Amino acid sequence: MAIPRGRVTAVMGPSGTGKTTLLRLITGQLRADSGSIEVAGQDMRTLNRAGLYELRRRMGMLFQNGALLTDLSVFENVAFPLREHTDLPYSLIRPLVLTKLQAVGLRGAADLMPAELSGGMSRRVALARAIVMDPEILIYDEPFVGLDPISMGVIVRLIRRLNDTLNLTSIVVSHDVEEISTVADHVFLLSGGKVVAKGTPQELRNYPSEIVRQFVGGLADGPVPFHYPAPDYFAELLASGEDS
Amino acid sequence: MNVIKELWRTLIESLTGLGAVVRFLLRMIVLIPSALWRYDLVLAQIWNAGALSLVIIMLSGLFVGMVLGLQGFQLLQRFGSEESLGVAAAIGLVKELGPVVTALLFAGRAGTALASELGLMRATDQLSAMEMMAVDPIKRVVVPRFLGGVIAMPLLAAIFSMIGIYGAQLIGVQIMGVDAGSFWSQMRGGVSLSDINEGIVKSGIFGVACSLIAVYEGYYATPTAAGVGRATTRTVVTSAVVVLFLDYLLTAAFL
Repeated sequence: MAIPRGRVTAVMGPSGTGKTTLLRLITGQLRADSGSIEVAGQDMRTLNRAGLYELRRRMGMLFQNGALLTDLSVFENVAFPLREHTDLPYSLIRPLVLTKLQAVGLRGAADLMPAELSGGMSRRVALARAIVMDPEILIYDEPFVGLDPISMGVIVRLIRRLNDTLNLTSIVVSHDVEEISTVADHVFLLSGGKVVAKGTPQELRNYPSEIVRQFVGGLADGPVPFHYPAPDYFAELLASGEDS
Repeated sequence: MNVIKELWRTLIESLTGLGAVVRFLLRMIVLIPSALWRYDLVLAQIWNAGALSLVIIMLSGLFVGMVLGLQGFQLLQRFGSEESLGVAAAIGLVKELGPVVTALLFAGRAGTALASELGLMRATDQLSAMEMMAVDPIKRVVVPRFLGGVIAMPLLAAIFSMIGIYGAQLIGVQIMGVDAGSFWSQMRGGVSLSDINEGIVKSGIFGVACSLIAVYEGYYATPTAAGVGRATTRTVVTSAVVVLFLDYLLTAAFL
C-alpha cells in the first residue's frame, strides 16, 4: 500500500478486517510483527519513543468518539497540544484556537464542556484539536459512525476542505461507501487483512470482484457470509438437546 | 500434579504482575522531576486526593478517637490508671490507627476515584488521544495523580490522628471525667518523636502503595464498563491487603 501525499485516501472494508489495526500500525500505536511501514520517510520499526513522539507532532488523528478530555472546556481541549508543546502566551494561543474552532464552525462553543456537546460537535472539536499544530498527515478513524445526516455532511465537507486548504495528506478509515465516494480521491478495500481492491471510488464500483461488489452494493450474503460458521442447522436442531 | 502446575502458574503470573508494577513505578519515578515542574497539575491532584477526602477522614478520625476513648477508659480503669488515656490514645492513633485507617479510607475514596477516572479515560480513548498528540499520558496524567496521593496521605493521616485525639479527649475528659491536666501532660511526656516518625514513615509508604495501586489499575484497566468496575474493585481490595501487610512489616521493623 502506498498512500499519496496531498490526497484523501480511504481505507475501507467489512468490520473486523484490520482497518483500525492498520491505522494503529501507521501511527505507531502497534508494532508490526513482520513487514515494514514507512511514514513521512521514517521506518516505524526502528523509531524509539522520542522519535515516535516527534513524528506524531506532524500527525493529527480524529478518534471515533472524538476522545476529548472531559475535564477541559472546548477551548482548552483545542489549546491542549499548544500548551503541551509550546511556550506560547495566552495572547497567541487564543487567536490560534479561535481560528481552528472557526474552521469547524464551533467558535461559539468555545466555553462549553465536552459533556454539553452532541456527537457531531465533539468530533468537530476533536478535528479542530487535530489540526491546531498544523499537521502534515490527518488520520480519521471511522469519522461518520453514529452521526445524523447533517453532521455527516459537515464532516465530509470538512475533510475535503481541510485537506485542500491546509495541503494535508488525509487517511480516512471508514465503511460508509456513500460518504467515502464523495470525499476520497483514492480507496483501498481490505478484506481478511489483505488489500483486495484499490482505485478511485468510481473504479471500485465497477471492480470485477465478488467481495468488492458485495461491499459496495451492501449485499447481505456473498464472500462475507451472512451466517457465522456453525454446524449443520438441521443436525443441530434435531440433536438430543441435553445440557452439555 | 495439576494442583502443583496451577500453583506454579499462579506464582509466575503473580511475579510477572509484580514486575510490571515495579517497572511502572520506576517509569513514574524517572518522570517525577519533570512532572514537579508542572506544579499546578500536582496541586490540583493534592486537592482532589487530599482536600476532597477531608470530610470522611475527619469524621472517621473523630469516631475512632471516641471509641478509643471509651474502650481505653474501660480498660485503664481496671488498673486504676485512667489518667494514661491520653498517651494510650495518642500512641495508638499516631503509630497505628492514623496511618492504617487513613490508608484504607484513602483507598476507598481517592483510590477508587483515581482508578475509575483513569480507566474511563482509557475506555474513551483520551489516553490514546494524548499519545497521538505526542503527550506522554504517564507524565501528564498519571504522575501528577500519583504525587497528589503520595503527598496527601501523610497530611490526611496527621489530621486523622489529631481529630482522633480530640475525640478521645471528648469522651475521656469531657464525659468520663479523666483529669484534663493528666490527659494532656501524660500524652506530651509519653509520645516521643520516634512515635511520630513511625507514623509519618508508615503513612508515606502507604501513600506510595495506595496511589501506585490505584493509578496502575486504572491505567491498565480493560477499556470496557466491566473492566473499569474490576479495576476499581481491585484497587480497594489490593490496597487494603497491601496496607495491612506492610503495616505488619513496618511495625516489626520499628520495634
